[in-house]
Amino acid sequence: MRVGLFIPCYIDQFYPQVGIATLQLLEKLGCNVSFPLQQTCCGQPMANSGFAHLDKGCDKNFVENFSGFDYIVAPSGSCVLHIKEHLKDEAQPKEAEQIRNAIYELTEFLTDILKVERIYASFPHKVGFHNSCHGQRGLHLSSMTETMLPAFSKPEQLLNMVKGIQLSHPQRSDECCGFGGTFCVFEEAVSVKMGKDRIKEHEVNDVEYITGGDVSCLMHLEGILKRKGSSVKAIHIAEILNSDF
Amino acid sequence: MIAKHAALSEKFIADEPRTDWHDETLWFVRQKRDKAAHGLPEWEQLREWASQIKNHTLANLEKYLRQFEQQAKANGITVHWAADGDEHNKIIHDIIRKHNIKRIVKSKSMLTEECHLNEYLLHQGIEVVDTDLGERIVQFRKEPPSHIVLPAIHLKKQDVSETFHQFLQTEKGNNDPQYLTEAARQHLRDKFIQSQLAITGVNFAVAETGGFVVCTNEGNADMGSHTAAVHIACMGFEKIIPKAEHLAVFLRLLARSATGQPITTYSSHFLKPRRAQEMHIVIVDNGRSKQLGRKDFRNSLKWIRCAACFNTCPVYRRSGGHSYHTAVAGPLGAILNPNVDMKANADLPFASTLCGSCSNVCPVKIDIHEQLWKWRQVIVAEGYADTDKKISMKAMAFVFSKPGVYRFAGKMGRWVMRLFPFMVNNKLNAWYRQREMPEAPKQSFRDWYLMNRGNKKQ
Amino acid sequence: MSAREKILNAIAANQPEQVPLPVIDMNVLISYKDVCMQFNTMLESIGGQVELIQDIQVLKEKLNADKTTGKFVINTIRELGEVDGYVISLSALQLEKLERAYVKGTVGVAENGAVWIYESRMLNRLVPFICQHLVLVIHKKDIVATMHHAYEKIDVVQEGFGVFIAGPSKTADIEQSLVIGAHGARSAIVYIIE
Repeated sequence: MRVGLFIPCYIDQFYPQVGIATLQLLEKLGCNVSFPLQQTCCGQPMANSGFAHLDKGCDKNFVENFSGFDYIVAPSGSCVLHIKEHLKDEAQPKEAEQIRNAIYELTEFLTDILKVERIYASFPHKVGFHNSCHGQRGLHLSSMTETMLPAFSKPEQLLNMVKGIQLSHPQRSDECCGFGGTFCVFEEAVSVKMGKDRIKEHEVNDVEYITGGDVSCLMHLEGILKRKGSSVKAIHIAEILNSDF
Repeated sequence: MIAKHAALSEKFIADEPRTDWHDETLWFVRQKRDKAAHGLPEWEQLREWASQIKNHTLANLEKYLRQFEQQAKANGITVHWAADGDEHNKIIHDIIRKHNIKRIVKSKSMLTEECHLNEYLLHQGIEVVDTDLGERIVQFRKEPPSHIVLPAIHLKKQDVSETFHQFLQTEKGNNDPQYLTEAARQHLRDKFIQSQLAITGVNFAVAETGGFVVCTNEGNADMGSHTAAVHIACMGFEKIIPKAEHLAVFLRLLARSATGQPITTYSSHFLKPRRAQEMHIVIVDNGRSKQLGRKDFRNSLKWIRCAACFNTCPVYRRSGGHSYHTAVAGPLGAILNPNVDMKANADLPFASTLCGSCSNVCPVKIDIHEQLWKWRQVIVAEGYADTDKKISMKAMAFVFSKPGVYRFAGKMGRWVMRLFPFMVNNKLNAWYRQREMPEAPKQSFRDWYLMNRGNKKQ
Repeated sequence: MSAREKILNAIAANQPEQVPLPVIDMNVLISYKDVCMQFNTMLESIGGQVELIQDIQVLKEKLNADKTTGKFVINTIRELGEVDGYVISLSALQLEKLERAYVKGTVGVAENGAVWIYESRMLNRLVPFICQHLVLVIHKKDIVATMHHAYEKIDVVQEGFGVFIAGPSKTADIEQSLVIGAHGARSAIVYIIE
C-alpha cells in the first residue's frame, strides 16, 4: 500500500522533527511512504475563521498532491478532521472524496489500519497526556468524559507500549488547551488562561514532558511553559513512539 | 458600540483568582451532571429519543401549535401570539392595564429577559418583582443574569450579603447563605401573598393536552401563580412537545443536564386556570421562525435551556456570562443571537475554540460546535469581519495555494525570526504577550526530506 | 394579518422535512431490584425524609397530636380522618401561616424521589407550596421505577393542575451553597404505607 505523508504547514516550518519522527516511525512499521513535494496547508486556518470560501486554491493543491494514495497519514488530528469534513474540489470531486475517506491521523492509522501490537521505543520519563479536542471529539481517537460510553484511547494504547514511560493525566482529562486556531490571538486572554490552567494540572503530576497528537496544542502550551521558565517540555506523540529503543 | 467578547473577557480574566473561582464553580456543576448521567445506563438513548422527538416536532411545528392552542382554549386559557419582543411586552402591559394591576411577581423566564419585559414595564411605571432568588439578587444590583439557570453564579456570598444589607436590611457582613436565603424567603413571601399578577415561563408545552409544565427548585412559580388572580405564562414557540408521555424523556434529562439533580423539586403541570383565575399564554416568535428557515441553524430550536453547554464550555467558565452582552450567553447564545442581530453579535461564534464539548453534553443533541463554525462563514459572508482579518486571510489563502510562495514565505519568516527576533517578539504580536514564539529551525521538514530521502521515487 | 397568522405561516413555510417520532422502548430503561429502597435513597439524598409504616393508623395519631399544638395544620386525606375541606376557598393571606399539610400522593418515582399529587388531593393549589412543612403519603405498591412508568399511571388531563414534588424546596443561588427551604416547604416527609 502507498502511504502519502501529509505534514501540516506549521510542522513543516517550525517543528520538522515531528515530521521526521512520523516518517521514520511509519517506515519502521513497514510502510511505503511518499511525501508529495508541493503540499502546503489543509486550509483550516482560513476556514475556521469564517473564510472557507477562500480555500479553493488550497483545496485544489491538496487534491493534486494527494490523489491516488491508498492512505494519507498526518501527525495532526485537527488537520485530518478538517480535510475529512471540508475538502472539496469542484473539478475533481471523486478524487476529493477518495482523499476524505483515505486520510488518517497518525495514531488511528497505527491502531486501526496497521493494527500495531508492539512498538520498539523507549522513553523512561514522566509524561502528561493531553487529549487534543479535534482528534478526540472529531475523529473519536478516544472516549470522552461527557458521553456515557465505554472508555478507550488509541494514542494511549500506543504510548503504553513504550518502554519505561510513566503516563499521567490532568484532573480534567479532556478540557481544551485554548489554542483554537486564530482564537489564540483574537481571544488572547482566554486562550492563555486556558493554557495556563492545563499546565497547572500537569505540573501537579510532576511531569517532565507534555505530549499529545496535535502540535498546535503543544506549541501553545510550550509557549506558556517557556515564558514561565518551566523545565517541562512539549513533545509530539510521534517523537515518543519513534524514540530509540 | 457594544464591547465585544474578547475585550470583555480580558477584563474578567484580569481578576485571576475570581476567574479561577468562577471556572471551578461551574466545572463542579458539570461534574454533578456527569455523575447524574452515569447513574442512568440508558443516558445516551434518552438523548437520542429527545433529539428525535424535537426533530419531529420542528417538522410539524405548525400542526402542533394549532393543536396546542385549540386544546388550551378549550381548557379556559386565553392564548396570545406575539411576533416580536415588543408585541409580547404590549400584550402583557394591556392585561396589566385592563385589570389595573399594581403588584406583579415573575418567576424565571429567559424569554422575558430576551424581550426586556422588566425594562419595558418599568418605563411605564410598573414594577415587576423577580422571585427566583438568583434573579432577585441581580435585579437589586441592576445587573443582567449571567447564566440562564444560575443567574447569580458570578457573585460571591459577600456580594449578595452587601446587596441584601442595602435592600433588605440584613446584618452587615453576615455572609451565611442560610441566613441570606431566609431573609429573601420572608421578603418575597410578602410579595407572593399580595400579588395580583404572576408571570411565569414555560419549560414544556404539550400539544396533545394544551397544558404546560413549569420546573423550579424554589417553588416560586407556584407561590405566585396559585395566589395571583391573573397568571401569564410566556413561551417561545419552540417549547412545544407532541405528547404528555414525552415529558418523561425531557424531565429525566433536564435537571440532570442542568444541575446534576435527578429532577427539580417542583414540576408543575398546568392545564386549567383556578376557579375565578384568568390564565393567559403568550406564544412568541421574535426571530425563531427565521431561525427555523435556516437549514444549518434550525436545530438550535431544539434547546430545552438546561445550560449544560455553558457549564462545560471552557471559554464561558473563564469569561463569564456578561462577556456575551446578551440575555442568553454561552454556546447556545452564540448560535441563537446572530440570527436576531448579526451585527451586534458577530463576535459570539468566534468566542470558542470549537472543542466540541458542548455538543456532547447537549441533552437534545444540538450540533452546537458545528453551528458555531457555520455561523462564522455566514458572518464573514455578510461582511461583518474586521478589515485587517479579511486582508490577512486573503494573503494566507494566496500563500497556501501557491507552493512556491508558501515555501518562500516560510523560509523568510523563519529567517526573520532567527536574525531579527525583535521584529516578531514585541507588543504588536498578540501571541507574544504571554507566550514565547516557537523556535525557527534552519530547515523545514521538506528541506530535510529532500536531503535525506530526495532520491526516492515519488 | 394578525401576529398569529404571520407566525403560523412563517413556521409552515420554514419547517424542515418530515421525520417520525421515536418509539420509547421501555425495556432499555433502568430497573431497580427494590423500587422502594431506591425511592428512599433518592429522596433522602435530595433533602427529604422517608418513613415506612405498616398502617395509616400511625399517621392518624401523628395528625391528631399535630392539631393539638395550636399551630395551623390541615389534613386533606380522607383515611386520616376529617378532611379540612374549607381550605379550598382560603386565600393566600389566610394560608400564609400554614404550618403543616398532610396530602395524599398518587405515585412515587424511584429514580428521583418525586411524588405526583393531583389538585383534588391538595384541595387548594397553594397548599403543598405555602406550608412550612409538607407531609406526603403514598402506598408502597404505587412506587414505580421511572418517570415513563409514572406517566403511564397518572392522567395529566384528569384535573386542572398536578405536580411532581421531590423533597423540600431548595436553592443554591448563593455561591452554590445548598440551602433547604427556599420559597416552598422547608421540609418534606413521605410516609410509605406497606
